[in-house]
Amino acid sequence: MSNFRLRKRARREIHLGDLVFSYFLRALSFGLALLLAVIGFFLFRGAFASISRYGWSFVTESVWDPVQEVFGSAPVLYGTLVSSLIAVSIAAPLSVAIALFLNEVVPPKIGKTIGFLVEMLAAIPSVVYGLWGIFVLAPWLRTRIEPILAQDLGWIPIFSGPYYGVGMLAAGLILSIMIIPTVFSISREIFKTIPTAQREAALALGATRWEMMKISILGSSKSGIGGAIILGLGRALGETMAVTMVIGNRAEISASLLAPAQTMASVIANEYAEATSDIHLSALIEIGFLLFVVTFIINAFARLFILRETKS
Amino acid sequence: MSTKSILEVKNLHAGFGSTEVVKGVSLSAQYHTVTAIIGPSGCGKSTFIRCLNRLHEETSGAFANGQVWLENTDIYAKNVDPVSIRRKVGMVFQKPNAFPSMSIFDNVVAGLRLAGVKRHSILKEIVEQSLISAALWHEVKDKLNAPGTSLSGGQQQRLCIARALAVEPTVLLMDEPTSALDPISTAKIEELMTELRKKVTIIIVTHNMQQAARISDQTAFFLSGDLIEFGETSQVFTAPKMDQTERYITGRFG
Repeated sequence: MSNFRLRKRARREIHLGDLVFSYFLRALSFGLALLLAVIGFFLFRGAFASISRYGWSFVTESVWDPVQEVFGSAPVLYGTLVSSLIAVSIAAPLSVAIALFLNEVVPPKIGKTIGFLVEMLAAIPSVVYGLWGIFVLAPWLRTRIEPILAQDLGWIPIFSGPYYGVGMLAAGLILSIMIIPTVFSISREIFKTIPTAQREAALALGATRWEMMKISILGSSKSGIGGAIILGLGRALGETMAVTMVIGNRAEISASLLAPAQTMASVIANEYAEATSDIHLSALIEIGFLLFVVTFIINAFARLFILRETKS
Repeated sequence: MSTKSILEVKNLHAGFGSTEVVKGVSLSAQYHTVTAIIGPSGCGKSTFIRCLNRLHEETSGAFANGQVWLENTDIYAKNVDPVSIRRKVGMVFQKPNAFPSMSIFDNVVAGLRLAGVKRHSILKEIVEQSLISAALWHEVKDKLNAPGTSLSGGQQQRLCIARALAVEPTVLLMDEPTSALDPISTAKIEELMTELRKKVTIIIVTHNMQQAARISDQTAFFLSGDLIEFGETSQVFTAPKMDQTERYITGRFG
């Protein structure tokens, strides 16, 4: 074969390789989108029996009794919402403060090291958090914190009633630790995209370091931080194992944070293996379906916020 | 230099880590003059000017020592708060850096708010004055609430000048303020500088020698961190004393 033809063949092969690779990637990305839709569809199909039998009362009723085949998921919706809100209200200010401190105050080397450690919190398995919750956090709450809360602040409904250590408060606390890495690392990425010129603009006007952070950093990353917080919320809503281990698993709505509660994820984890009747199974799948839809919407919103921020 | 100086730099050394970028520079500037600092890239002129409001030290690993007398204060003395110095020494940067989250109005008063001025009537008056001084008032007076970053590049740079002027600094540092702008905006800002010198002493770093020749009273030529020549602009450009200066301004190196 002549040199010329050899080269021509080589070129065609490269083109062919590109073509194959491009189709492969296309198939993969469409496949993933399809997978999402399929998961949604199968959840819906599995939940259909429960949806058609209970309708809206499934989310409005608050009695959950598998034996009588009465399924009202209001207590677990409430438990998911409240435990996640506790987590977010603790983790959000803390994470943003850590991100500010590590990005703007300490020398870059120390910032990187500590930042890495904070992000490693996300690598701890959920069940390990749960064990820590059972053996350290819950006893500590029961013996040290909750007696004080009940005694001095017991007149506020959220701290009233008996306490057990495990319960809504323990779940919220453990969730807050678990979502810190998410909120922290996204906030820090956003702070990193802010040009040095913005910081110098504030400093050159006579801003102190804190004033500089308020004007140049926080001022221009509000929606991004909002997105980071919502993403953390999304994680908190779906977190299962650790919460199941410390929340006490009682499907009742109680105003008190000291009382045991249950979340959507924890009721599925607790009952799925023992669900014998078809309708019980379908009810659990409906809860899974609801959780899927809610976290999907929340994550989509958060990504939109963050995308808008990092673009500009 | 016989008349009293507003700014006097004595033996200033500055750099990053173990690298010295400014190697013992001394120079002074009189009230209401424009001092141009010229020199090839990397000669230390930006680092030098950033030492004059103690912004240089905000970069991690940066060091600076020597004396910089601003009127009667050595700004590098131990008990001096850099924040208070930066309120007297304004700065305009290479690229316009208006705060994107703030309106035109809020951008101009940002420094005043930091200094604790709250009365809206005062702020309003200063916004108008500063924007007039920065030759921007007529272009923006009807849209003070629009975001600062909605303006064109040249307008944003004048907005930054207005922002720096609003706190009534005694010295205004300009670090290549027109290098990111088109010729028309550049001409506007040069014109503006000749007006501004009536109120404030200007130190400007520039890559553009014609600009230095047009607008400055005295010129300092830096090379590799050393101050090679410093004198009246007309003298430096027409009869440079040093061979290196002549080679640079005639374009033979740098």
